[in-house]
Amino acid sequence: MKILVALKQVPDTETKIKVAADGRSLDPIDVKWITNPYDENAMEEALRIKEAQGAEVVAVSVGGERTREMLRNALALGADSAVLIRALETGDPLSVARHLAAYAQGKGFDLLLLGHMGFGGDNGAVGPMLAELLGLAQATVVTRLELGEGCFRAEREAEGGTEVIEGSLPAVITTQRGLNEPRYPTLKGIIGAKKKPLEELEGTATEAAISISAIALPPARPEGRKLEGNAAAQAAALLQLLREEAKVI
Amino acid sequence: MDVCTSEKIFGGSFLLAPIGSQPQFTPEELSEEARAIGKVARSFVEGEVLPKDAEIDELDLELSRKLLRKGGDLGLLGLEIPEAYDGLDLDKITGLLVLEELGRQASFSVSYGAHTGIGTLPIVYFGNEAQKAKYLPKLASGEWLAAYALTEPGAGSDAMNSKTVATLDGDHWVLNGSKMWITNAGFADVFVVFAKVDGRKFSAFIVEKNDPGFFIEAEEHKLGIKGSSTRAMNFDNCRIPKDRLLGEIGRGHRIAFGILAIGRFKLGAGCNGIAKEALKVTLRYTGERAQFGKTINNFGLIRKYLAMMATRIFVAESMNFRTIGYINDGMHSIHWDQPDAAKAKLEMMDEFQMEASMMKIWDSEALGLIADESVQCFGGYGFSAEYAPEKLYRDNRINRLFEGTNEINRMIIASQIFKKSSNASLPLRKDTADLPRLGDGPLAKAKQAVELAKRQAQYATAAALEVCGQKLIENQEGAARAAEMATEIYAMESAVVRAEKMATASHRWSELAIDLAKLFVNETTPRILTNAKLLLGEVLEDDALDQAMADMKAFDGYAPEAGSKITSRIADQIIAKGAYPIEYL
Ligand SMILES: Cc1cc2nc3c(=O)[nH]c(=O)nc-3n(C[C@H](O)[C@H](O)[C@H](O)COP(=O)(O)OP(=O)(O)OC[C@H]3O[C@@H](n4cnc5c(N)ncnc54)[C@H](O)[C@@H]3O)c2cc1C
Repeated sequence: MKILVALKQVPDTETKIKVAADGRSLDPIDVKWITNPYDENAMEEALRIKEAQGAEVVAVSVGGERTREMLRNALALGADSAVLIRALETGDPLSVARHLAAYAQGKGFDLLLLGHMGFGGDNGAVGPMLAELLGLAQATVVTRLELGEGCFRAEREAEGGTEVIEGSLPAVITTQRGLNEPRYPTLKGIIGAKKKPLEELEGTATEAAISISAIALPPARPEGRKLEGNAAAQAAALLQLLREEAKVI
Repeated sequence: MDVCTSEKIFGGSFLLAPIGSQPQFTPEELSEEARAIGKVARSFVEGEVLPKDAEIDELDLELSRKLLRKGGDLGLLGLEIPEAYDGLDLDKITGLLVLEELGRQASFSVSYGAHTGIGTLPIVYFGNEAQKAKYLPKLASGEWLAAYALTEPGAGSDAMNSKTVATLDGDHWVLNGSKMWITNAGFADVFVVFAKVDGRKFSAFIVEKNDPGFFIEAEEHKLGIKGSSTRAMNFDNCRIPKDRLLGEIGRGHRIAFGILAIGRFKLGAGCNGIAKEALKVTLRYTGERAQFGKTINNFGLIRKYLAMMATRIFVAESMNFRTIGYINDGMHSIHWDQPDAAKAKLEMMDEFQMEASMMKIWDSEALGLIADESVQCFGGYGFSAEYAPEKLYRDNRINRLFEGTNEINRMIIASQIFKKSSNASLPLRKDTADLPRLGDGPLAKAKQAVELAKRQAQYATAAALEVCGQKLIENQEGAARAAEMATEIYAMESAVVRAEKMATASHRWSELAIDLAKLFVNETTPRILTNAKLLLGEVLEDDALDQAMADMKAFDGYAPEAGSKITSRIADQIIAKGAYPIEYL
């Protein structure tokens, strides 16, 4: 079994996001980068499969220099090798999917695991695009995965219930929180990671299908107002404000 | 990470060397691997330990055991255990990062420190092959947990006054006596116990939980770190096999004090971890609490508290990593395979004992001030157990008491300075010549101040030694002033040099670092001159004192900065960030 896990770096959830001067990208200053939390589930699933039945796990990321640290972390966790595909992060999912597809093509992966979306960007597009580009079966937003002989069975949360999907391998699976509880790297793993291969490839310049033209932060919340008087007076004042100011009733 | 290859570096040499002339390791130079390991410790603390904060503090011993075991699975218990015994034998710098993270839950970090430090290290450094093979792998995994039993009801700071005795009876040792204040006693499996063979020869032994005649008392009710187990224990004809003697008979003091010395610099790191938490909660609260129509972080005195908290954290970090750089170069470069590795490592530790003690007292007292000011910033709410400062205030207090009280550590610093100056390795001089100006740049004045302070301290200490000789140590007040000056000089210099390195590297926070260093120098410099004069007042009289005071004028050249302006700039930055901003993980 050979598994590809695609990983992306995203700003830490605690980072105070600032828009860069160009108005269409994040100001990278003071941003702390972490592995996309959904990708951690993908990584964990790959490691569990490896432990249960043996597998070769390859961690892959499309990005720049700082991505190396995340990949080394993947090696520390237990990936056998890592690949950095150097390309500008343009925010275009199709270009990422093309890079991944170009890499994965013909390498005999049985399973391609990705987080179901990038935290913050929330596109949820790379996984399905990758499956389409490679012409493979796919199951998205998966919360339970079982592998059989050349086939898989996946559960995904659907509106009001659970959907069970079966398909044949190779396949692309995108992972949701709840699939598993991601582990921490061990200190031994970190030390051992130095000796594992981290390959670097130059991305092929693909034409971006889309580009981000602007990003904006939500408007600052106006300050609250305290209504005075007894309960009846407050209720009356509130009703009036809802009607006349907020115009919601 | 050879930060210090120059032969001139030895304990106390900073007092003589011009500022910036010695290599100094800073956290900005950490390796990627060290940072990755620090992050594991952080994830472990944030993911497993802090969510259980309340349960730990209710002294859930089973939980503490379980958490230590989990830490063991990650490798966090084997940092200093040789690889041959399933440890990782990591460098000391990486270890410091781990300790800083662990420090964020005060009780748990004491359990962790007692197990991995004073509990395990005696076996690492002094165990024979069989003892190491038997105990270390299990201590590394957390299957067994360790404790260190030196203190007795009548032997605290004066640990050698031990009344516990060991007598050989055939192929068993028989122990009698009692121990007091033993951390981890409630759940430990393995105890390193000090006792006097035949009532005379101080020695160390390994005692196991189930040894006959070994009794562990009930938990102490403590002021703080309520989640760490602390108990007395008794030995009533406790019989242990002969091969549980650790090290040589009569060499117990080497084990006891050698291991405590290693513990000292670590305690400082833990203090700094929790100091950052304290600043964070205080920043949040002072940004929300409004009085007189504005949040209280607008008031100058509150801003001063906030800025001083950040300043102390910066200084502690600078000093800690500098010291660990020296200790690491000395200790970690000696491989465990080398003959007499343990002895050689401990000698390196001895060399920097003065600096390790400085870390211990400075960091623990800085945390004390930070906790106190955090209570103050919360006002009445700081006095309520519902808010974080109350626990910070109680928990931090222990750090000034154990691993050698701060008084004992001050005396260690003073006696090292006095001894080294008498054997000419540290020739203190009464130099009153003009100090050359130290260039320009934003830190020029601070550097000048550090150099002036060195002259003040050298002059006063040398003058006092001329009068009293080694007997100066018997005047504890005077000796403590010498220790105090040296410590604050080391602290100032470490901060200034780090800030300058950050500026040279165009670090994201270099402007803040410069302000932090400047504020600290501005606040500290006058105190050093005062200590110098008071030390001279202890030993000189009449004309000699007048002459000394006249000489001191040569060093009185520091013109203070407008501290409130620096404070304000610092406060703006940390308030905007909502935390201590300088991250190195
Ligand atoms: C929570 C907790 C956990 C502990 N864990 C352990 C442990 O795991 N193992 C262990 O062996 N011990 C442990 N200790 C013991 C601790 O190390 C001692 O309490 C400490 O060394 C001080 O000894 P003492 O309490 O007897 O105080 P004393 O020695 O009686 O000191 C009382 C005061 O006198 C001062 N003093 C004493 N001698 C001098 C001197 N020569 N010059 C100037 N001042 C002096 C001290 O500084 C102090 O202020 C622990 C203590 C506590 C409270």
